[in-house]
Amino acid sequence: MRPALRSGAAFGLLALALTACGSGDDGADGGSSSGSGSAAVASQPAPTGKVVETVDVAATDTTCVPAETALPAGVISFKLTNNGKEPTWLYVFRADRTVVSERANIAPGATADLVVELPAGAYHVACKPNHEGDGIRQDITVSGELAAEADPRVTRAVDDYRAYIDEQVDDSIAKTEDFVAAVKKGDVKKAKDLYAPSRVGWERIEPVAEAFGDVDPKVDLREADLEEGAEWTGWHRLEKALWKEPGTLKKEAKYGDRLLEDLDALKKKLPTAEITASSMANGAKELLDEVATGKVTGEEEAFSHTDLWDFKANVDGAQKVYQLLTPIVMEKNPALVTTLDTEFAELNTLLGKYAEGDGFVAYTELSPEQVKELADAVNALAEPLSGLAAVVAG
Amino acid sequence: MADFSRRGVLAGAGLAVGAGAAAGAGLMRLTETETETVRAAAPGGPIPFHGPHQAGIATPVQDRLHFAAFDLGTDAPAEAAELLRRWTAAAVRMTAGQEVGGGATGAELAPPDDTGEALELPASRLTLTVGFGPSFFEKLRLPAPDRLRELPRFPADKLDPARSGGDICVQACADDPQVAVHAVRNLARIAFGTASVRWSQLGFGKTSSTTPQAQTPRNLMGFKDGTRNIAGTDRAALDAHVWVGREGPEWLRGGSYLVARRIRMHIETWDRTSLKEQEDIFGRTKREGAPYGAAREHDPVRLDRLPADAHVRLAHPDSLGGATILRRGYSFTDGSDGLGRLDAGLFFLAYQRDPEKGFIPIQRALAARDPLNEYIQHVGSGIWACPGGVPAGSFWGEALFS
Repeated sequence: MRPALRSGAAFGLLALALTACGSGDDGADGGSSSGSGSAAVASQPAPTGKVVETVDVAATDTTCVPAETALPAGVISFKLTNNGKEPTWLYVFRADRTVVSERANIAPGATADLVVELPAGAYHVACKPNHEGDGIRQDITVSGELAAEADPRVTRAVDDYRAYIDEQVDDSIAKTEDFVAAVKKGDVKKAKDLYAPSRVGWERIEPVAEAFGDVDPKVDLREADLEEGAEWTGWHRLEKALWKEPGTLKKEAKYGDRLLEDLDALKKKLPTAEITASSMANGAKELLDEVATGKVTGEEEAFSHTDLWDFKANVDGAQKVYQLLTPIVMEKNPALVTTLDTEFAELNTLLGKYAEGDGFVAYTELSPEQVKELADAVNALAEPLSGLAAVVAG
Repeated sequence: MADFSRRGVLAGAGLAVGAGAAAGAGLMRLTETETETVRAAAPGGPIPFHGPHQAGIATPVQDRLHFAAFDLGTDAPAEAAELLRRWTAAAVRMTAGQEVGGGATGAELAPPDDTGEALELPASRLTLTVGFGPSFFEKLRLPAPDRLRELPRFPADKLDPARSGGDICVQACADDPQVAVHAVRNLARIAFGTASVRWSQLGFGKTSSTTPQAQTPRNLMGFKDGTRNIAGTDRAALDAHVWVGREGPEWLRGGSYLVARRIRMHIETWDRTSLKEQEDIFGRTKREGAPYGAAREHDPVRLDRLPADAHVRLAHPDSLGGATILRRGYSFTDGSDGLGRLDAGLFFLAYQRDPEKGFIPIQRALAARDPLNEYIQHVGSGIWACPGGVPAGSFWGEALFS
């Protein structure tokens, strides 16, 4: 993971929730804000369907009044006009207080839209002047059926991707069970061999897991990103024990069990993941971001130096998304297909040069020139891949 | 063109190119001279991208620099040409103060084409100047111009390969550093997949002037150096010493050879040097910048009045059989070096018609004898052939690929 942006942001926002937002605020509000910048799956991606209803929201520093509170299911555009003296934040919450989406920092006098897709259910619209406190909340009720997804190719891509996620999480869990068994036995050599393979499934679908904000920091946080006083758990804790302090390995066994419990919790949550063609494409882009900022720099695996395993898994995960979306991209932008086919192939060929056994050579064996060559290939792929989401949505 | 406006200048530049092509060089020169006047008169405004020469050479020197050297990741000339075509399209827009491609706020779900940090900023006299290094021609198996050869090693060079060379260079000059950085950043982004930045250098203050009336800006040693620079309006001197003529391949005519040197200054030891020694080393006074034996900065240099090994004397054309260059260097500070010393100096940029009659003899003389060498070290180096001006509808170096 790339904790500086991910769990770092989550921790930061938790702190924000406790201080700036006041004790009355719930954690869900804070968790959502990180979603707007990083985790495309967490906060709802911008809907692409036709707006079925536009609702004016009149806001002041003390009031928040939607023009209508009974709405049809579908894409709703909330149009907030800030008549107050302070900047305000507009939220749509589900009944369970999780965030559907938000619009930040709407200046006094300004008007801003928040477009969301709402299935039938109970929601709150909230204005939060100065991003302080609980906000001023209004109940709204949505009824009726969402329009059916028009494009069967999209439905198929999403279904296939769900199957892929399940498969990868199962694979990661099965290999982590073997890994943890070796840890418990104190078999350092075997545990070292099983460490990197256990992470492959996880690394392939990481952006989906990041949507469930609490899982990621539990299983994949690096020591350097640990908040003071927080407990360090997950793969990297075991990595350090194995490579730096193997004598302590048996004492770490309970963290192996914790890792398996957390992965199991992830597996249980997967059916609730909100997955669309856009969120898939954004996830692929995020996987390449992970490579560019964490793996190509050798920061992810500080002790084992197995970064190239993660690198390849991230690329595989992005390529899977691309392959599932290719029929749609082919129709809308065939040139992008040519470019992405070429760049994926080039990056995989380059990675192939460092294959060893079932995996890869240690990151520390790469020369600065080889790292630069990999970084160039990542940039060459990531730049056109960043256009994928707009193509599949448009 | 007294009634200056962005639109007016652009229209005027287009006219200059069109008229020149139709009616011959005489008319083109007349029109260009007019444009030159506008350029000097309009700080913050746009400088025409198209013309008989690339902008950013004879153009009055802007305040800030972002220089970048790129390496190609391809050996296919068609891919390099496509990159230069896309770069030119972006450069035309950026030098006019416009956003790249579909702009900084396009489709909501796509990353914007333009990175956005130059929004609302004026064109700021941005110029983008491109050159091709010896490795460019090797990689693409294209015939290199005769005079484009790797520079010889000079005594006391301590060149860092990571700050030297590069297949393609881009010199971005502007009065606003954000505009220059924005330009290089967006070109680098366009290049992903074809070329990547090998090294880059920011320059925070100009050290040369191509405007004859202007005072020469001081370098970080506190001195005015290179005061007898070629003026951007001195057509005869530019033709004689800067622009490549018929001796060069067609694509290079009207272009120039660029030499860049990253010259680290040992600022701290220099600052402990007496005023007299500092002045003796340069051969000019510190406050006025007058050469020894003269009263004013721009007074003629009388070589016999200078110490035999003074910097000014060694580098003077009269000492070197007429070797003359157009200087366009910038001061840089890249933080500190971990020993409490500034990592600072001069990013020296010189344009010339022939390096053998420009930088090379000058640096040979300086490297051998200049007492300034005790306080400086050349740590980066590069040479590039900068093609001639880009006509409207064409792209950088197009003639090279046809």
